[in-house]
Amino acid sequence: MSRFLRLVARDLRLALRQGSDATIAVMFFVLCVVLFPFGVGPEPNILARIAAGVIWVAALLASLLSLERLFQTDYEDGSLELLSLSPLPLEAAVLAKTLAHWLVTGVPLIVAAPLLAVLLNMDAEGFGVLVLTLTLGTPILSLIGAIGAALTLGARRGGVLLSLLILPLYIPVLIFGAGAIDAAINGLTPRPHLLLLAGILAAALPLAPWAGAAALRQAVE
Amino acid sequence: MPVFAGSELTCLRGDRLVFTGLEFRIAPGGALVLLGPNGSGKSSLLRVMAGLLKPLRGTLGWDGVPVSEDPDGHRSRVQYVGHLDAVKPVLTAAENLAFWAALAGAADPAANARAALDRLGVPHIAGVPGRYLSAGQKRRLNLARLLAAPATLWLLDEPTVALDRAAIALFEGLIAEHRAQGGMVVLSTHTDIATPGGEELHLDEFAPYADDEEAGDEDYEEEGAAP
Repeated sequence: MSRFLRLVARDLRLALRQGSDATIAVMFFVLCVVLFPFGVGPEPNILARIAAGVIWVAALLASLLSLERLFQTDYEDGSLELLSLSPLPLEAAVLAKTLAHWLVTGVPLIVAAPLLAVLLNMDAEGFGVLVLTLTLGTPILSLIGAIGAALTLGARRGGVLLSLLILPLYIPVLIFGAGAIDAAINGLTPRPHLLLLAGILAAALPLAPWAGAAALRQAVE
Repeated sequence: MPVFAGSELTCLRGDRLVFTGLEFRIAPGGALVLLGPNGSGKSSLLRVMAGLLKPLRGTLGWDGVPVSEDPDGHRSRVQYVGHLDAVKPVLTAAENLAFWAALAGAADPAANARAALDRLGVPHIAGVPGRYLSAGQKRRLNLARLLAAPATLWLLDEPTVALDRAAIALFEGLIAEHRAQGGMVVLSTHTDIATPGGEELHLDEFAPYADDEEAGDEDYEEEGAAP
């Protein structure tokens, strides 16, 4: 366990000192959402209607931005070889790096989301559920993304390939995430959507590190 | 007494056979020096020994037990130093080193890191971020990992690249010390590293026959190595 935490701490320290990943993801998220009122017009009803979907789509795109780097630097400087030779199982290493990635890029999105909801005139009933869906959903984005990042290691134009590979897999998260908020705003219970999101998270937690580690083993050969 | 041995090892890279039917055996305190021209499979063999690369055929055994049956145990007794230095530019030398020591299970990684940097003759770089280190300093930092995170079997892929003469002498001393304590060392090199009593393994002896080579292999410099 302490090895796991060491790796999380090291990745957080790297992110903190390089500083760009977290701010880029959250800035992109905010800018992306802010573009919509300019595009569809400042009509409050229309904005309120599309708010949940817009925020969720922007969150998907923002989390994609930094995913390419998840294993790339470790791969290039040889750290990945050493990680796969260390006593820490590679599956645990993938989980640790994904957790650090989520803390750096996912959590700021959750914090920024209510602000953007105000900006888009979202119904106040949806705020709590918005934060809840993002809390359940952004870890799934990082986990599924980790598989893609591991698979595209060493590929040319890996970032583009990663988006094409991963975005279709994000669709269920988008449907249930935005669906829960819409349900809450329309006076229905968001519970089924939230449970389904939680179910996806429960499945992704063991499966994504396992698949990611298998892909990384191929990459270091 | 544990013995690290390989038999009938065959390695395939891409669609090219690198070596075939390779045998080796190392006893505690032993050293194996891998020799051979570029492309003869020295790095591949080291990667096979580390478990990074699966051999096409053949087995690796530790004390008679196939390594493939106990991969976790194998990883805990191996330290691998490859061509890449695995130094993070934004972490200091001591932080870089302490992380690997901690991952290997050291009780006090920071103290291990300091002691190892002292032994490698570079205590002054402890607080220097990785991006300001020279190639030789990075290499010393990478070799310090062998001391900060002790393991029985050292697998060293051209460990003296970028090292100055004093550092090579120092490093030869570390190898001798490690062997005196019952450790094993496998290293590939193009320069002379003194390993008294060490065995040599010439990889070109295990190169596949020429009829395995097909047109399009001209990129490889040493085509004439096979009989």
